[in-house]
Amino acid sequence: MTIKVQVTSVIQKVVNGQSEFEAEGSVISELIENIEIDYPGFLQQIADESGELHRFVNIYVNDEDIRFIDGKDTVLNSGDVVAFLPALAGGL
Amino acid sequence: MATIYIPTFFRQITKGNEYILVEGSNVLESLESLSYLYPEIRDLIFDSNKQVLRHVNIYINNHEIHELEGLDTLVNTGDQIAVIPALAGGAMTLSTEKNANQSALKPEEVMRYSRHIIMPQVGPQGQRKLRDAKVLVVGAGGLGGPVALYLALAGVGTIGITEFDVVDLSNLQRQILHQTRDIDKPKLKSAKETLGLYNPHVEIIEHPMPLTSDNAMDIIPNYDIVVNGADNFATRYLVNDACYLAGKTLVDGAILLFDGQLTVYKPGYCCYRCLYPDPPPPGMVPSCAEAGVLGAITGIIGSMQATEVFKQILNIGEPMVNRLLLVDALTMQFREMKLRRDPSCPLCGDNPTVKELIDYDAFCGSPPIEVPA
Repeated sequence: MTIKVQVTSVIQKVVNGQSEFEAEGSVISELIENIEIDYPGFLQQIADESGELHRFVNIYVNDEDIRFIDGKDTVLNSGDVVAFLPALAGGL
Repeated sequence: MATIYIPTFFRQITKGNEYILVEGSNVLESLESLSYLYPEIRDLIFDSNKQVLRHVNIYINNHEIHELEGLDTLVNTGDQIAVIPALAGGAMTLSTEKNANQSALKPEEVMRYSRHIIMPQVGPQGQRKLRDAKVLVVGAGGLGGPVALYLALAGVGTIGITEFDVVDLSNLQRQILHQTRDIDKPKLKSAKETLGLYNPHVEIIEHPMPLTSDNAMDIIPNYDIVVNGADNFATRYLVNDACYLAGKTLVDGAILLFDGQLTVYKPGYCCYRCLYPDPPPPGMVPSCAEAGVLGAITGIIGSMQATEVFKQILNIGEPMVNRLLLVDALTMQFREMKLRRDPSCPLCGDNPTVKELIDYDAFCGSPPIEVPA
């Protein structure tokens, strides 16, 4: 299942500066594993050492937060867009 | 054939119509034609000598007719005429809106804000709502600058600003309220001077201290709406919690590198803690000082925050409630995500545990904010 992945600037540094790329996965957890294989260091940006997702990073399938679907078990369909969004604090 | 725009509080006479098509070769004939269609409107526009009442301004295609030929100004097909009374008091009995502040806009205000007033979504009543509104802007930097500037230009009557920093040379790449001559000056002083030059009618209330758990509930309840331009997570959680506890709408924006985010948190819908239950550990997400920020993105997000404030005050349009806008300036793509209230949110969830302000520096693991001497 090819999924379009979008990341904001904080994460772009670990995916060769891309804001958008493709990855394979039938559920979110599998997608993350595959991205980590392609871009080592990705997982560290979004999860802690035990693999638990950081609570300041939200993951959206299309425009819906996975916490309100099935979390890491959320099923992906071909053509879905998955976005990884860490909190931003800048204002000055 | 021209179109006449009817202000909100004359519309009971025009059966709710905002625009009336009239015949007439000049302004006088067009207004006579309007008065023929709706006789009650005549006395609201003309005095007994058939002169336009002095508190009523007539515009044709956005030009006040005294700049042109007065009532003799020729009207061509497709022209737009607007009847804008400076005083609404006399007409208020026609209005269903009884609670609006009755004090009239002065002629100078009508001219200054005419490009807003002429829009049916604003009108003189909306302009008075803006004048009566009190908005708190957290920070007078990258986001707070354009927010405060557009609110002041729009005639938002009371603008509070919390800011304790001084202007640094490195601020001037983006912070539009401060200029080169303001270096080393308190940002609050510089901001007040700049805003006063743009619009002397607006009251700027200075809060020359960082917002803290000790003072937030003394400041925030005095305002109608709060706008976030903070640059650190501790202040963002503090402002979120204080706004929720005080029942205030928070217009939130954040920026970093080429990215911007915008949303509106309204108590009862969704809050910052629903979106991000925990802050990142210190150092995990860089600050603008560490990573950089595009100057113009502050203008994009700040202007949008000001727009959301404007919509909240006027109660128009569709607010950014339960919606998160993501702006990527590099691709110039705007994406929108859905936000939801999290039933397990410690602040606004079903079983809240945060019932008063906490120690946000401890919560975020960040050192306390240092106030320059």
